[in-house]
Formats: sequence, structure tokens, C-alpha cells
Amino acid sequence: MAKIKLTKVPFNGTASQEAELRKKLAVTKNMSGGLMPSLQQAQEIYGYLPIEVQTIIADELNVSLEEVFGIATFYSQFTLNPQGKYQIAVCIGTACYVKGAGDILDRLAELLKIKSGDCTEDGKFSLLGTRCIGCCGLAPVLTVNADVYGKVGKADMERVLSNYKKD
Amino acid sequence: MAEINKCLDKTDFMKKQYRVALQNSGVINPENIDEYIAYDGYQALAKALTELTPQQVVDTIKDSGLRGRGGGGFPTGTKWQFALNQKNDTKFVCCNADEGDPGAFMDRSILEGDPHCLIEAMTIAGYAIGAKQGYVYIRAEYPVAVKRLQIAITQAKKYGFLGKNIFGSKHCFDLEIRLGSGAFVCGEETALMTSIEGNRGEPRVRPPFPAVKGLFGKPTVLNNVETFANIPPILLKGAKWLQGMGTEKSKGTKVFALGGKINNTGLVEIAMGTTLRTVIDEIGGGIPDGKKFKAAQTGGPSGGCIPAQHLDVPIDYDNLIALGSMMGSGGLIVMDEDNCMVDIAKFFLDFTKEESCGKCTPCRVGTTRLLEYLEKITEGKATMKDLDDMEALCEYIKDASLCGLGQTAPNPVLSTLKYFREEYEAHVKDNTCPAGICKSLLSYVVNDKCIGCTLCKRKCPVDAITGAVKEKHFIDMQKCIKCGVCMDICKFKAIDKK
Amino acid sequence: MKTIQELNDIRKQMRAELNLDGKTNSNIRVTVGLATCGIAAGAEPVFKAFQKEVKRLGLTNVKIIQSGCLGMCKHEPMVEVTEAGKEKVTYIALAADSAKRIAEEHLAGGKPVMDFVIGNE
Repeated sequence: MAKIKLTKVPFNGTASQEAELRKKLAVTKNMSGGLMPSLQQAQEIYGYLPIEVQTIIADELNVSLEEVFGIATFYSQFTLNPQGKYQIAVCIGTACYVKGAGDILDRLAELLKIKSGDCTEDGKFSLLGTRCIGCCGLAPVLTVNADVYGKVGKADMERVLSNYKKD
Repeated sequence: MAEINKCLDKTDFMKKQYRVALQNSGVINPENIDEYIAYDGYQALAKALTELTPQQVVDTIKDSGLRGRGGGGFPTGTKWQFALNQKNDTKFVCCNADEGDPGAFMDRSILEGDPHCLIEAMTIAGYAIGAKQGYVYIRAEYPVAVKRLQIAITQAKKYGFLGKNIFGSKHCFDLEIRLGSGAFVCGEETALMTSIEGNRGEPRVRPPFPAVKGLFGKPTVLNNVETFANIPPILLKGAKWLQGMGTEKSKGTKVFALGGKINNTGLVEIAMGTTLRTVIDEIGGGIPDGKKFKAAQTGGPSGGCIPAQHLDVPIDYDNLIALGSMMGSGGLIVMDEDNCMVDIAKFFLDFTKEESCGKCTPCRVGTTRLLEYLEKITEGKATMKDLDDMEALCEYIKDASLCGLGQTAPNPVLSTLKYFREEYEAHVKDNTCPAGICKSLLSYVVNDKCIGCTLCKRKCPVDAITGAVKEKHFIDMQKCIKCGVCMDICKFKAIDKK
Repeated sequence: MKTIQELNDIRKQMRAELNLDGKTNSNIRVTVGLATCGIAAGAEPVFKAFQKEVKRLGLTNVKIIQSGCLGMCKHEPMVEVTEAGKEKVTYIALAADSAKRIAEEHLAGGKPVMDFVIGNE
């Protein structure tokens, strides 16, 4: 399991986010095995799962914080750290890997001056090597939020980033 | 004048395929239940509920010879029989749509192209074993599939194919989607159920098997998406129809996701018994750029590599296991002469070590140590004794791990050692990577084509290149970080990678 | 729906609409591969372009339908044009402007645009 980083970024969740979370939890707490959907919904609202949010979930579902923490740190999709505005995910599944995805990830790390798994200081971009997203016919593939880019090469990375640099 | 082909169906890619699980993908609108009905949708469910008893449904699946398409190849009918035999008012049907194998996307395609076939099949399974509730566990990385399945479930409920008294029978069945959250181990059936139960996805000891004591401790049938996709056609066309395709012990078809160094990447569905050579050369269109085939990886991180000398083996469950690989979910990654097999083994171990849930020591510690050996080899720091120790470690991990993840994690290593031992030995004895991939063992060298244009010297990020204008340049390998930029930008092919 | 009769009625009606048991209408069906791989390759603008062109040209007998993966990823975005009594045509590697040409020359004009037909690349 990768090292767990507890974020130093101060929690700035709003009252309306908390209200929305509690509303969702009112439903998920009654589902059998509801802890998973609870965490999934919470991450949809906040973008990540800081201790403050985990505490609310533990409270609403009447389970220990340790149990919630244990699940939040088991699954790779759950993150305890805030993500960038644009989340770049380079697929490093087998088909993409044999076609050079490692080089693409390295190039992006170089251009953004961050390591894979981190976020730029201005909070704009986060970079991740991700599990296979099932577009193997278009390898190598990367996504930036919901945008999917297929058949990309190292040389395309500046162009891809420029689509998001303006705002 | 020769007739010009205008249609996908007539291409070499399609001609050798036999589409059963994929029959509606690319044909119907997945968000329109009426189109599914036009292509005989829900007829199998109607037949099961109005003409057959649960035991007769199970017998049909048993007689067809259908084996699980997710990886293990366990006889589906036998699994359903075990669950039917349990006396319990509460039973469950689960679908494994986690599809964690990198390189596999057949389940995603079925869910995005023909979601109703899964709903119909699970409802039939519920009737067969006596379950009223089903769960589809889909990985979170498939948002389009989740959306289309959700729409299909809503439509099926509206038409009365889900809910109470389906087709006026006593059978009631409901279906719920549960999302994975990024854990390869949750593709293992007991870990999947533990995850639905709201826990860390850690596998459980078997026996008891899920058919006896599964989800929430109740009898559960858990099958893969592709396995379910075969159910309606078998019920409509009969067990003998499936028996008529495939090999003696592997009946029917299998979907393969063809990827890597191959011209026609995509999804292919072929009758069992088709050879790898047919799949790669005729359907796949061969290796691009005139490169030479080196190996085909089947079975994802649990599988192995099949080299050129075995391309004429008919594909079926048992033949692939005999070759040191396995069918797995059907991912088929083709590699050519430019891929390093040691690097590929390291890639898979990096994956399985990261994905190990940590519950049992042989897997948690074993995969870490295996990866360390492979890193040592690719960095040119290993000895021949390390190779032997690594091989022995593989056997311990296989024998002692709790679940399929650990038990099969060493397969990529064992299989590449079996067929490409000379490549491992080149890394260890000669400190070279014959395929030119392992960075620590590479040198970048300027050759006589260099005209001293100084472009590489200016672009080198670590100033490792020296040389005057119009004079042959020199790369200092002590400083070189092997990024390859110099070779990429040289217009004169004056830099070689050795 | 409670009875098999209702199921069979829908089946019969839909099969007629889709010309599956012989020609019952002269509808032209344009199926656009819109699975994740198709979307990644740019099939959504192709789909929208077809919808826009068919409306502009007033082609009321042409139906633009989304479908799942056609299987041959390297040729995405892929589109198939089906018409009763005629050979199916598969188009590959499409974009918004090639969709416009196909709408004008094939869907309206009846002549497949060989430049984008599979096997002729």
C-alpha cells in the first residue's frame, strides 16, 4: 500500500456541502454495506476525504472513525488530499505501457514540475498514473477530468496542457 | 470488376469472428429497450419463467458446458446447482463487472453496448437459484457503463422485467448497482462481496464457497459479465447449440481484447479452439512497422507470455494453463522485438504488489521481495543466485497465498523465465538489455553521422553532451539521465541506443 | 408488461420498424459507435454533426442512433449506414466535416462516399 499523506491544506468545507452530505448519508446509511456508497458520495461533494468529512460519516453511520479511515485508505480512488482543478490521469495499463505510457507520465511530470501523485502549487493540475481505463485500442490514453485523449505521444503533451492553461 | 467491400462484416477482422456475447454491441441503441426486444430481448426470461422449472434452467446451463468467462473457468451450471441446493429464503446473484485486468475491456463494451442482456441473465439466474436480489459491482473507472446500465435498469423496471411477479410468475427480482473504488483485488469474488458489505476489499478463506455462504453470509452466485451475456442465447437456442462450438472441454466463444503491438486493436470474439496465430495474423492484421512478434500476454497480471513457438496451439482454458498462462478475462497484449520481457515481468509485479490487499504475508511480503529482485535485475545489480532464489520465491508465493491475486502474481515471472531465460541472463551476466528498454543498462552513443550541429547539446536537460560546432559530439554517460531527448531530436540519426 | 403477448407485439413492431424481416419502410439508419473508446476518439462531434445535417437537409427518413463498440478501435470514430435492400456501409475515422459530406452525398444523394469507407483507406 502506498504511503498515506494526510493533507496540510486547511479544511474549507462549506455549510451547504455539509448539508448535502448529511442528506445523502440519510439514504446510504440504510443501505446494506452503506459505508462504501457513503464515502463515494462524500468524495463527489468535497473532491477528497479529509478527516473532518470522515468524522461526519462515522458519526452518521454510527461506526468508528478507525473503520472509516481503514476503508478510505484501502481504495485507490479515495483520496485524502485535495486534487487539482484539472486532474490528469495517464493510463499505465499494460496496453498503454507497452506503447510508451511511462514516457508520457515522465514528460508531464517534467512539464508541470511535480511528481506523479502530486498537485501543482497553484492547485491547477494534479498528475496520476492510473489503472487501465479500458480504452486499450487507443493506447496510449490519458484523461484530463472528463476529456479523454487517445493515441498520444510525448510530443503532444505541451499541446494537451495548453488547452487548460488559459483559465 | 471485383466487388469493393464496403462493410465491416466482410473484413478479415470480422470474418473469423463469431459474436455471441457481443452480438448486439454496435448494432442496437443501448439506451432503447425496444431495440433489445427487437433482437429477441427478454424472450429467454419469458421462456424460463413460463416454460421451465428452476432445475431445468440449471440443467440447460450445465448441459451447455458453459465455463466462467472472468478468469477461473469454473463450470457455471455447477455453480448454480450448488446455490440452488442450499435451503435458504435469502440468496443473492452478483455480477463481477470490476474488470480490473489492465488491457481488458470486454465487460465495459458489453455494459455500454448491450446492458439489457446482463439484466435479463441475472433475472434468469435469480429464478434458477431462488434469489430475489442482485448486485452489479462495477468499477468506478467506467462512468459511461454505469450510466447506461442505470438507464437500462430503470427501463426494465418500467416494463416489469424487474420487480414483482415478472411475466405473471411468482418470481420477484431487483437489481442494484454498487461501485468499486479502485482496488484490483475486488475482482476476486470473496473480496468483491466483502466490498459490497461495506468493508476493505479483503478476500476470505474458501471453503465455504460463495454458493454456500457468500454475500452477507447467504448463498450467492457470482458470475462475470461475459458469462452472463451467454445465458440468454443458451436458453433460446438450447444447450446443444453451445456444445456445437469450441473444443472438448471449452465450449462456446471467448471475447479477447486485442492490444499492444498489433495492427487491428479492438475486441474480437472467436470460437474456442481458434489458434493464436489466426487471432494475431488474420484477425489482428499482424505486427505493425514490420517488427517481429515476440510474445502474447494472456490473462493479465495473473497470466503469462506465450512465445512464437506456441502460436498454433488452439486457444482454450486447459491449453493456456498447460503453457504456463491462463485465459483470464481475455486481455491479449501483443509484444514485439522492442519489448523487454524482464521489464514486462517487473511491470506486472509493480502492479500486483501495489494491489495486494495486505491480509496474508506470502502475498504482501512476497510480491514486494519479487519486485525487488526484478528491480535489481533491470538495474544490472543481480547475480545468477538471485535468479534461482527469485524462482524459488515464486513457488512459495503461489503455494501459500490466501487468494487468486497472490497465487497467480508470480505467473508473469515464471512464464518469462521459462521462455525468455536468455534475456534474464543477459541482464545479469552481460549487464545488457537486448531490447534496449531498461534504462540503467543503456548507453546513448554518438556515431559518425554527427555533423556537430549542437542541437542535442543545447537540448540536453543535464548538460551531458560536449562538442564544438561541426565536430563530432560526445555524451558523458555519468551525467546522462537517459531521457532520450537527444535521440528524438537528432535530424541525422547520429545517436544510437545500446 | 405482464404477458408474453405484449413482449411479442413490441418485438414485431420494432422488427418492422428496423426492416429486420424484409423491407417495410425506406428508413436509413445511421449507427454511430459511442462507447468510451468511440467518445475518446471524437465520436460525439460526429454524432452531433449528423443530427444537425439531417435536420438541415430535411431528411425525415434518416435516424441517427448511438450504439456501443463496433469492435475495431483503430478505426474509431466509426459509423454504419443501413438501408433495407442495400449493402451496409461502414465508415471509419470520421470527423464533423466528413459527416457533413456523408449526409449530403450518401444520406441525401444515395451515393456512398468511398473516401471514408472501410477498406479503401
